[in-house]
Amino acid sequence: MSISTTSTSDRAGTPAAGDILATAREQVLERGEGLTQEQVLEVLQLPDESLDDLLALAHDVRMRWCGPEVEVEGIISLKTGGCPEDCHFCSQSGLFASPVRAAWLDVPMLVEAAKQTAKTGATEFCIVAAVRGPDERLMAQVAAGVAAIKDAVDINVACSLGMLDPDQVTRLAEMGVHRYNHNLETARSYFPNVVTTHTWEERWETLRLVREAGMEVCCGGIVGMGETLEQRAEFAAQLAELTPDEVPLNFLNPRPGTPFGELEQMSGPDALRTVAAYRLAMPRTVLRFAGGREITLGDLGARQGLLGGINAVIVGNYLTTLGRPAESDIDLLGELQMPIKALNETL
Amino acid sequence: MAEPAAGGAAEFCDQCGGPSVDVGHERCASRRTLEPPRFCPQCARRMVVQVDPFGWTARCSRHGETHS
Ligand code: SF4
Repeated sequence: MSISTTSTSDRAGTPAAGDILATAREQVLERGEGLTQEQVLEVLQLPDESLDDLLALAHDVRMRWCGPEVEVEGIISLKTGGCPEDCHFCSQSGLFASPVRAAWLDVPMLVEAAKQTAKTGATEFCIVAAVRGPDERLMAQVAAGVAAIKDAVDINVACSLGMLDPDQVTRLAEMGVHRYNHNLETARSYFPNVVTTHTWEERWETLRLVREAGMEVCCGGIVGMGETLEQRAEFAAQLAELTPDEVPLNFLNPRPGTPFGELEQMSGPDALRTVAAYRLAMPRTVLRFAGGREITLGDLGARQGLLGGINAVIVGNYLTTLGRPAESDIDLLGELQMPIKALNETL
Repeated sequence: MAEPAAGGAAEFCDQCGGPSVDVGHERCASRRTLEPPRFCPQCARRMVVQVDPFGWTARCSRHGETHS
């Protein structure tokens, strides 16, 4: 895998102007070829009046290339707060005056959370730690936790433990961790405005190792952190180049005490346009609604997103903030006649 | 005025740790639906908070634990 800084527009040879929705219908819906960076930008620049048509097209693309199933996941923070990194959006950095204090979860609590998650019908359970990368103590805790969950619950276990070295990647794969999350967070060109304690390229290297070890790659980011629309399109193209199995899409929820704590929340139409644009850039990926959707889109957002390109949700609470009640999302899936993806389809 | 967190009289705002009687807690109030408490409502100490998929627990070193 290589990091390319060139545009991917040559790949498609599409017209520079014209009706981007008609182009996307032919290119993405019919042929399954994702939009290029320039085309994603055109989508992000569409007026609000085109939003319904855009969401309908993104939904058609998702149904055609992914099907009606929705992947449901629960996430849990194994180690909260006190992180040495300075991601400007994050309340778990120990470098900011955030009210979040450091906490560790024990293995029985981890197993209980996995059991409760599985009861909703979820097939994914992601163990997350606020660290630059795991030390031996954390690796041992993860090993014990994964083994205990696998003994007690039928659920896929994923992890998100920061940057990994080759030995740690191998050990996680051997534990049976089937997917690893590591977000690139934002466009490569905007990353230095968001994080200064490590680089985008370091994150990319971990993702390369994860794929090499045979684990599924989960990689997304946060939109609404002050990036331009051009950078939002750049990020979509960079993710498409990575071809992740899953893309979690977060919307900035400005956290008190962080450098981004006073940024404005992005508007609902902007958030939905981004969902649809990312679906059109990556027609086959699992595109997951992640943090910030409740405050950005409200209760209606779950429905609009699921009918606008989303095919995966995090149910219940997030790592440090609360989400919609799990039943609300599960009931909505029933109402929309979108079955929850079964465990045997994901293994 | 800030509302009390579970199990305690709200002398202090559980979101910002400021005295509840002070004005200016509108943002805290709107935050509260999607945030666990962060400060002990009795003494304003920062609490150790653990969020799980279906609830939260918050522990003050002086006043003990509350949960959702
Ligand atoms: S590395 Fe993760 S936990 Fe640490 S500050 Fe960055 S986003 Fe937060």
